[in-house]
Amino acid sequence: MKTKLACKNVYLLNFSRNSTDRVTDKVPVKEKKLMDVKLGELPSWILMRDFTPKGIAGAFQRGYYRYYNKYVNVKRGGVAGISMVLAAYVLFNYCRCYKELKHERLRKYH
Amino acid sequence: MNENLFTSFITPTMVGIPVVLLIIMFPSILFPSPSRLIDNRLVSIQQWLVRLTSKQMLSIHSHKGQTWALMLMSLILFIGSTNLLGLLPHSFTPTTQLSMNLGMAIPLWAGTVATGFRYKTKASLAHFLPQGTPFPLIPMLVIIETISLFIQPVALAVRLTANITAGHLLIHLIGGATLTLMSISTITAFITFTVLVLLTILEFAVALIQAYVFTLLVSLYLHDNT
Repeated sequence: MKTKLACKNVYLLNFSRNSTDRVTDKVPVKEKKLMDVKLGELPSWILMRDFTPKGIAGAFQRGYYRYYNKYVNVKRGGVAGISMVLAAYVLFNYCRCYKELKHERLRKYH
Repeated sequence: MNENLFTSFITPTMVGIPVVLLIIMFPSILFPSPSRLIDNRLVSIQQWLVRLTSKQMLSIHSHKGQTWALMLMSLILFIGSTNLLGLLPHSFTPTTQLSMNLGMAIPLWAGTVATGFRYKTKASLAHFLPQGTPFPLIPMLVIIETISLFIQPVALAVRLTANITAGHLLIHLIGGATLTLMSISTITAFITFTVLVLLTILEFAVALIQAYVFTLLVSLYLHDNT
């Protein structure tokens, strides 16, 4: 269904008068990727995203596989793939205990 | 200083959300499931380690005991990875909480005892009395053996908790001492820093050894009862 719509818009675009138009100008806002959304359309794009539990789970799954296939699931992966995850984990834990840690700064008077 | 020492052991909540669940589930992300015959390097290394450990650990068991292979291997992977992740700075280690270790130890131990009583009732009851005891000593020895049986899960849990907690506390204390000594006397601070480095190496070993010991003892209890 989505590819049919995109094909129709590509067809229309080839016969439009303005040659600076992009394909993504004719696609409805809901189906655009983030990089193609114009700044004015951004709030409506965010509100149209799928916030059901299934949608959120799908978003996490897509993010996980995007990272995994780029850095870990490669023929000659290195230590970078997993150490980036561990660095993010350390940062997350630092933010978690910042409230207690700020008392341990080196100051003359606390 | 006193309050700071134990704040790393409280259950982590962030703006009211208990993130402890996320932290307990985090090690599972680091073990991707193999999908091909030959996978990427991370999965291959993990597969090699799992094969090595499982062959060594399950060789002593009978066929019935080897049905516990999945349970034992996932146990050692979970405890090992959780302990090692706890050595990262500022992180929270779930295995320092006695509640969680009791939750792991009691069901596993009870499972081995129940298996023993169900399939080999006479042999399980016979464990309460060692061979060749003099007749007058029998009542006392049965009581002692019962107590030693019931203390097994408590010992499993407390051993893991105490080892990991003590290690973390020592690292905190010696690290704090090194920082304070830097402004007083640099040489003593250097010596203390060397102690800290050696301690960290020990903690890496302890993290793995404790996982191994926990799993080994569970498998031992299983071997007695199958």
